[in-house]
Amino acid sequence: MKKIPVSDITPKSDREVETYDLYAKRIHIYVKFYQGIFKNFRIVSGAIMLLLFYGSPWLQWNNHQAILFDLPNRQFHVFNATFWPQDFMLLSGLMIILAFVLFVVTVFAGRLWCGYACPQFVWTWLFIWAERITEGDRSQRMAQDKQAITASLLLRKIVKHSIWFILAISTALAFVGYFTPIRELAPSFINFQLGPWEFWWIGFIALATYGNAGWLREQVCIYMCPYARFQSVMFDSDTLIISYDEKRGENRGKRSRKTSVKAEGLGDCIDCNHCVNVCPTGIDIRDGLQVECVACGACVDACDDIMSRIGYEKGLIKYTTENQLNGGETKIIRPKLIAYLLIVTAMLGYFGYIIFARVPIEVDVHRDRGQLFIEVSDEIIENSYMLKIANKSNFDLQYSLSVTGIEGMKLITKASVFVGAGKLVDYPIQVQAHVDDIQRRNTHILIKVVAQSAPEIHSEIESRFIAPAYIQ
Amino acid sequence: MSPFWSAWISIITLAVIFGCSALLLMTRKSEKFKDATEATTGHVFDGIEELDNPLPMWWFQLFVGTVIFGLIYLVLYPGLGNYKGVLGWTSVNQWEEEIQHADNVYAPLFARYAALSAEDLLKDENRAGLLMGQRLYSNSCSVCHGTAATGAYGFPNLTDTDWLYGGSAETIKETIANGRTGSMPAWGSVLGESGVRDMTSYVLSLSGTTDLDAEAIARAKPKFQALCIACHGSDGTGTQALGAPNLTDKVWLYGSTYEKIAHTIRTGRAGSMPAHKDLLSENKINLIAGYVYSLSNKDK
Repeated sequence: MKKIPVSDITPKSDREVETYDLYAKRIHIYVKFYQGIFKNFRIVSGAIMLLLFYGSPWLQWNNHQAILFDLPNRQFHVFNATFWPQDFMLLSGLMIILAFVLFVVTVFAGRLWCGYACPQFVWTWLFIWAERITEGDRSQRMAQDKQAITASLLLRKIVKHSIWFILAISTALAFVGYFTPIRELAPSFINFQLGPWEFWWIGFIALATYGNAGWLREQVCIYMCPYARFQSVMFDSDTLIISYDEKRGENRGKRSRKTSVKAEGLGDCIDCNHCVNVCPTGIDIRDGLQVECVACGACVDACDDIMSRIGYEKGLIKYTTENQLNGGETKIIRPKLIAYLLIVTAMLGYFGYIIFARVPIEVDVHRDRGQLFIEVSDEIIENSYMLKIANKSNFDLQYSLSVTGIEGMKLITKASVFVGAGKLVDYPIQVQAHVDDIQRRNTHILIKVVAQSAPEIHSEIESRFIAPAYIQ
Repeated sequence: MSPFWSAWISIITLAVIFGCSALLLMTRKSEKFKDATEATTGHVFDGIEELDNPLPMWWFQLFVGTVIFGLIYLVLYPGLGNYKGVLGWTSVNQWEEEIQHADNVYAPLFARYAALSAEDLLKDENRAGLLMGQRLYSNSCSVCHGTAATGAYGFPNLTDTDWLYGGSAETIKETIANGRTGSMPAWGSVLGESGVRDMTSYVLSLSGTTDLDAEAIARAKPKFQALCIACHGSDGTGTQALGAPNLTDKVWLYGSTYEKIAHTIRTGRAGSMPAHKDLLSENKINLIAGYVYSLSNKDK
């Protein structure tokens, strides 16, 4: 066989090549202090989130903690309702709805969640605040970190870490307070009387908070958060983004009061780097929309501040849309958004219906193991079942039982059973029917359980009544 | 494990760990053109530039960390063939520890009830012992006797007052612990088919069934007195010491119809209650006996 002649035609490059590391040392971001309207929005939204997080476990409802996820007893109390593990479908439903709400918000307003509500940044801003009041602002911190450590700096660093530590511990306490009654947890924490599991979880959550908000910060958003990765598929040209107005800003550059800006061919950007210095993820928004941008609005506030100081019009960096930037109109109402909104509304409606129509009883039936039927006598056939009745309400109830499906069928066991509030009872029942009434070898029957004092609390469950083979 | 398989597993495990480490180190560096800008590698194809977008160093360190964790784990725990690990952990001794722990926790609980007889368990105010007995019953007994203990074909009903071997608390305990083997011999060859049918009529008449063939009963009576009374007694009320059932009540373990009773007489029966003393601890048997006793003594 003859070989086809080949020759390497890769262009020979005379450019010099060097090896380099594919992993880079992380550059610490020194976030500069700034003020502005979007920061105020962020403080309000962050405060609401913190208040909800810290406050919710302290709410009381009918003499019990309003929101308590009681894992050992597998009961999840949310105000009036108690959810059982059997209700976990509701949780997955809620998760799907929340995901869709996130989609709607993302299509409409981009990463609003990241900038204003995500715990990662609500806590990170808190920790940055602690850093600033102890070690000083950006330039001071940068200078200090380059020099040898002094006694005063050491002291201020200790104070910073103490504040971080207190924030982390309080976060952990509130978090664990959702799972174990916080009104007992808080005193026992103060008296050092925590159980081993509480101690472990408080320690773990505190360490995670300390590590996340103190050290990892933007690394979580850039390298770990899935939302940052898939939000780009939801963005379109009408999505609200934070952007630098390139047409207006370029060419950027320092300028002197003496010469004419126009003569030098300069745009409005004075290249002060203020927008870069305030950015908590360390990017330059002037490079365009980037995956690292958490849309916190820091650069908008910082730039607006500079612009108004030098007497330029605000909005060189602003909330805008791609269409608007290109001189077009922003179309808010668009099919994608309407579709998302309709889906969310429908799902919310259905979810609300399920929640309100939910009956606080759960009945399960198992046919007796090992035997299909008992021939009590020549005429009477008996089937046994194990009923599992879960009283999901907050009060004790007496339930009435009944069976239907075969004419004249009788419940042999006492047709009344007591189940305490929040308890599950295994109740074996026997059902008898006369052979003349049984039409088939295998008949569907219906077992009804009704609360005697509250008939609206009822459940029906289907099972089968099995008879000997001679009944056809 | 034979030395070959031990070596086989050890070599594969270590080769994977060191292979991954080598791969990590080999792919750590790349080449770029010296004259490239900071953000690109200088590679261009068809106008598309390759960006230089390095991963953070801690990412690399995490990989190294997993390798170190793996090696430490393999030193401490058994993972390399026959090597036992420094800590000497095995799944068996972990299981033994857990069982020991459970015993320590539950022993005082059972001890409280071990001292109580079935009658005392019944009198116990909160009935906690009976509830424990019920759960144990559900696990070990309900397969045959039913969740409600009403029995089934061949398996006695435990809720009535008819007992094959006696219904006292001690007897019930004895039955559970050592089991019972019921044995009804086959009389078909002795009695002959017509004798079996006569005997069936006679046995049915003992429990008050009327409209039977009086002549058949008369024919069978002497045979019953000769063959059956050793176990069932001359009046047919049975002998609990032998487990011979009372034939004068309406309780039938293997069916109450004429044909079924005839079958029992013709071919005999061999019931079997397995012994549980090796399966359940004495304390547990005591609690189950208490529960079973309570089923037919509800009023006490």
